[in-house]
Amino acid sequence: MRSSVIVFPASNCDRDASVALEKITGSKPSMIWHAESSVPETDLIVLPGGFSFGDYLRSGAMAAQSPIMKDVIAKAKAGVPVLGICNGFQVLVESELLPGALMRNRDIKFLCKDVQLKVERNDTIFTSKYDQGEIITIPIAHHDGNYFASDETLKELEGEGRVAFRYVDMDGAATSEANPNGSLNNIAGIYNKDMKVLGLMPHPERLISQELGGTDGLGLFESLVEALA
Amino acid sequence: MSEMNGMSDTTIISDTEIPEPVAITAELIAEHGLSDDEYKHLLEIIGREPSSTELGIFSVMWSEHCSYKSSRYHLKKLPVDGPQVIQGPGENAGVVDLGDGQAAIFKMESHNHPSYIEPFQGAATGVGGIMRDVFTMGARPVANLNALRFGAPDHPKTSHLVNGVVAGIAAYGNCMGVPTVGGETNFDKRYDQNILVNAMCIGLADTDKIFYSAAKGVGLPVVYVGSKTGRDGIHGATMASAEFDEQTDEKRPTVQVGDPFAEKLLLEACLELMSSDAIIAIQDMGAAGLTSSSVEMADKGGVGFTMNLDHVPQRETGMTAYEMMLSESQERMLMVLKPGSEASAKAIFDKWDLDFAVVGKTTDTGRLIVHHNGVVEANLPVATLADSAPEYQRPFVKTPKPDLVAPTEVPATDNVLATLKTLMSGPHLCSRRWIYEQYDHMVMGDTVQRPGGDAAVVRVHGTNKGLAAATDVTPRYCYADPYEGGKQAVVETWRNLTAVGASPLAITNCLNFGNPTREEIMGQFVGCLEGMGDACRALDYPIVSGNVSLYNETNGIGIPPTPAIGGIGLIDDISTQATVALQNEGDVLIVIGETTGHVGQSLYQELQSGDFNGAPPAVDLELERRHGDLVRSLIVEGRLQAVHDTSDGGLLVAVAEMCLAGKIGVQLDDISGIVPAGSFWFGEDQARYVISVEPSDSEALLADFVNKGIPAYQIGIVSGKEISIDGHGSLPLEQLSAESEAYLPNLLA
Repeated sequence: MRSSVIVFPASNCDRDASVALEKITGSKPSMIWHAESSVPETDLIVLPGGFSFGDYLRSGAMAAQSPIMKDVIAKAKAGVPVLGICNGFQVLVESELLPGALMRNRDIKFLCKDVQLKVERNDTIFTSKYDQGEIITIPIAHHDGNYFASDETLKELEGEGRVAFRYVDMDGAATSEANPNGSLNNIAGIYNKDMKVLGLMPHPERLISQELGGTDGLGLFESLVEALA
Repeated sequence: MSEMNGMSDTTIISDTEIPEPVAITAELIAEHGLSDDEYKHLLEIIGREPSSTELGIFSVMWSEHCSYKSSRYHLKKLPVDGPQVIQGPGENAGVVDLGDGQAAIFKMESHNHPSYIEPFQGAATGVGGIMRDVFTMGARPVANLNALRFGAPDHPKTSHLVNGVVAGIAAYGNCMGVPTVGGETNFDKRYDQNILVNAMCIGLADTDKIFYSAAKGVGLPVVYVGSKTGRDGIHGATMASAEFDEQTDEKRPTVQVGDPFAEKLLLEACLELMSSDAIIAIQDMGAAGLTSSSVEMADKGGVGFTMNLDHVPQRETGMTAYEMMLSESQERMLMVLKPGSEASAKAIFDKWDLDFAVVGKTTDTGRLIVHHNGVVEANLPVATLADSAPEYQRPFVKTPKPDLVAPTEVPATDNVLATLKTLMSGPHLCSRRWIYEQYDHMVMGDTVQRPGGDAAVVRVHGTNKGLAAATDVTPRYCYADPYEGGKQAVVETWRNLTAVGASPLAITNCLNFGNPTREEIMGQFVGCLEGMGDACRALDYPIVSGNVSLYNETNGIGIPPTPAIGGIGLIDDISTQATVALQNEGDVLIVIGETTGHVGQSLYQELQSGDFNGAPPAVDLELERRHGDLVRSLIVEGRLQAVHDTSDGGLLVAVAEMCLAGKIGVQLDDISGIVPAGSFWFGEDQARYVISVEPSDSEALLADFVNKGIPAYQIGIVSGKEISIDGHGSLPLEQLSAESEAYLPNLLA
């Protein structure tokens, strides 16, 4: 399975994504500099976490204008799977591959901690290795993860089953206490219409071994291997 | 290539031209923080009146911050050598050997004065500065820590300062993608007007790819890279060398503004260039910016520098030579390159959208010559400038030794567990989660022990080795008895590293003190350093880097002596590391070390009697070493389920922290004997660890301790969801946890 990680100025989880992809897919991803004009043929494009361009403007807004994004958007529309993690999710929203916006966290603070997520469906290329409704532990680390969308968009997302992950408590309830950042409907990640583009705020690449505190992130990458390898 | 060569012949003018005469008044000299004697010394050195730029250069080079003029004499006595030491003090950071061709490069530095004036930017640029110190030597930063002191929790400024400092540290470290994995925070009214923000960074490098600052060779290009120079931070080093007063708020313009995005680019660009062989010397522009970087690089290389400031990338128009030489704009580096490598080096910095300018060359004149707008603004002898800073042996009086406080001299608690709850839901011992959750402590994917334990552990990338790190000092001990307090600060980091199973390697430090011209403050400084030195020698735990921050005073009231220590250690195999979290029902709890109920300077004493007094606990270095070495060997053998050193709050607090981390309770025996229960459970005797062991192994271990002459006592069994003590009732963990977690969010909301 060939994967490609896009590197923007001040991406900082590009190495983490690369380590996880190599460990789970068995081959090193191509690291693609944002100033390139095209992504070489690939089975998966990953937009990693970080602070592209310092996030001095809206998070992800500058990166969405990078030269490489024209080709990322074209490839996504042609059906190449795209995974956007944290800042990568913000870039996907800013480039309108995914709907909605990611606003400042409810408590106006950066937050780094493990959270519980509910896998809303396990019939996508990203989640087949999880159980339907499984509750997994994955860390978040962001300042701007408060998902917002219009009522209409929310209705569409929910109606089409495009919510990928939701912040929940240990019992699987999407409560306000379990919602770390104020996201509408406790949304932690969403799909595009053809379920091939996933953006999520939590970092599955950070929990892929017991030494790091857990392995719940493995399933997402193993699902991709199963679907794409 | 000509556009890159900043030193085209037309811009060079006579090196002997006398600088433009500027009226150097007594007032101007005083404004530059130079005493009359120091100015006389300056005149003797250069044999004429200085230009204003030269006065500025001398003023920063001779500032306390850059010259260590009050502290150098005493710093020389500290142990700085060991087989593990590759580079001790004197470079941008210290370097220790990790084996397998790798080294850890690390340092801690203060950013106290700016953080009080503008907490967000002050703290942010402190973090940025310490990371530059580390990556300028060729290391990729892999872990940040900090040591923070704030005023009383109820002081009107405290919430604003804590919020700003924590957000500033978070903003810079998070954007850089370097995990902030550990640290400590104290609250004490004596920091009301002078908070302390000490930032530590650890980086990893290959031992054959370490970069130094000595600019050896003549005719080599001197290159400026990074952000543009603005007027920010002018006189920062001088400000950091003076006391505060009512006009402190007016100093806000001297605080620099950080740009972590620029620094992330600078980090990647520097590491990319470092993978070639283009760099001969490199130094970051920190305090005193272009002045101290150029003087230090030239001095260490035994050369002169001729620079033309017309080529310095500038953010503002109309900047003078004086302003450019003294600016403390962030995210800048000065390099000396191999001739001919300029083009390939520039291509790297172009890729990362950073300025790259040849601003001068090395010469054989031994002089720092600064041109600007066709005028020689400074022409000074490098070696003299670097070495001629005054060195003071300031008079001091030693702190009188305080009396011991007997365990019975503190009003006794009648409810040990209620006291535990009060202590752990207050400012000294409450959960620090509100702070560390604002720091990305997992980025880089190697954090194998997150904040909240004895020491943070990051895996050495791509290996099974772990790098452990901790910061510690107990200022109230240092105030009561500087010598014992100095020892204790070093020892506590050593114990924290030991408790995760690491072999301690070396330390860095931030020596935060008041005004050294006061004899009692100087006495505190001398006492703490003697204690630190003795501890480092006894533990083979040398000091490889650090900084000194004096004049932490406002209107004549100084901070308690605060020699913050940052220690690092190595774990050969992270699968053997220990944590504070209790594991299994039925495990046996054992305390190693003697518990006498030492209440002097304890948190229990303050709670019961309203203040700290008497002697702090004495530190027996031989015992520390014996107990620590034993604990470490048991961890490596895999015989311990959980380990915690005992420090603030004593034995019961250590046990409670182990319970909270493991989410499992304990049943404790009352073994206080003739010592009052409160003094027994909350006394702060040193050289102690709490361990939990499998029940099947406990008898063998206890027998082994007896054979080895190590005092060890079984104190209870891991069990249930509460802390209960025989005859003293019980406390549900859920309740303790809720109150411990609530304190900081409530205080700082």
